[in-house]
Amino acid sequence: MCGVCGCGTDGIAINKPNQTSNHDHDHNHHTHDHHTHDHHTHDKTIIDLERDILGQNNIEAARNRGYFEAKNIFTLNLVSSPGSGKTSILETTLKDLKNEIPFYVIEGDQQTLNDADRIDALNIPVVQVNTGKGCHLESDMIYNAVKELKPKNDSILMIENVGNLVCPSMFDLGEQKRVVIISITEGEDKPIKYPDMFQSADICIINKMDLLPHLNFDLEALKNYALQVNHHLQFFEVSATTGQGMDAWYNWLKKELKSNNLKNA
Amino acid sequence: MHELSIAMGIIKIAEEETKKANKTKVELIELEIGSLAGVELESLNYVWATATKGTVLEKAELEIDYKIAQARCLECKTLYEMEKVYDSCPKCNSFFKEIIQGKELRVKSLEVN
Repeated sequence: MCGVCGCGTDGIAINKPNQTSNHDHDHNHHTHDHHTHDHHTHDKTIIDLERDILGQNNIEAARNRGYFEAKNIFTLNLVSSPGSGKTSILETTLKDLKNEIPFYVIEGDQQTLNDADRIDALNIPVVQVNTGKGCHLESDMIYNAVKELKPKNDSILMIENVGNLVCPSMFDLGEQKRVVIISITEGEDKPIKYPDMFQSADICIINKMDLLPHLNFDLEALKNYALQVNHHLQFFEVSATTGQGMDAWYNWLKKELKSNNLKNA
Repeated sequence: MHELSIAMGIIKIAEEETKKANKTKVELIELEIGSLAGVELESLNYVWATATKGTVLEKAELEIDYKIAQARCLECKTLYEMEKVYDSCPKCNSFFKEIIQGKELRVKSLEVN
């Protein structure tokens, strides 16, 4: 079984909506050398390595990042638990800004093309990565998805990671900014329950704010917990459903895109 | 369960290095894992046998050098051990810190045969 994408049984699949699926990838570690055991020689060698286990992912992430910088593509990695509203925030954002900014989307889910279909319905170029049994996206999946997507220069690439507050935190995809999304129907203490994700994020979008009057949710407690883990976090309180607070997030996006342009110019 | 991905990463490194050394199997593998590296040792142990089956690591002894996280307070420079990444300084209660140990996730060495 392949731990990178979980294939071997279900497998990774990179698909565009309205296209038949292709299972087209090659991980070298599928071939295991079946060596001959020689129990009579005791010729031991000690190899000192100090090699980072995630080194390969980090190298490929750096390659992605270089590509994005060269083409001036502002890339965001959207992470959250399932059901916090990543896709809804994405849909509202795309609807409101697609006439101003060219967008591209990579959708990560274990199964189905549902999210990609939602983005495709807005006429935004999208590729779905199905990770099979995998619980997160890795940088080589982004590399392959970007080859399918062929994003144009001076655009924004949104990567919606697999809904999971644990595993995606460890895997750099080559993004410029990491966006963690939490909805107020979740607990205030999510940031300290899943600190790695909040620590590695640059901004935090708090979604479903329209439900606040109906819930017993302590917004300040959530922010305090999040700031304990990462004092750099910037918050946006939004409702993807009503559009409340979305302007502040749009202004941030536009500002970042602009400064990204200047940096890469 | 990203520990399976971690195990596959370890196997890839071990396969490469064993081949480079013209050897066929690993007798001992030493990992360095920090307490803030995001790896559950129990989960790693759970997937280890299945993941390493048929690889150079199948018979290898697994040794883990577990590093307890340490931070230096940015306010008062106190060195302290952290259980959680958001633990505050025991002396001045500040959350501002430099993590100096605990994020390690490395293959330290291999004993190959």
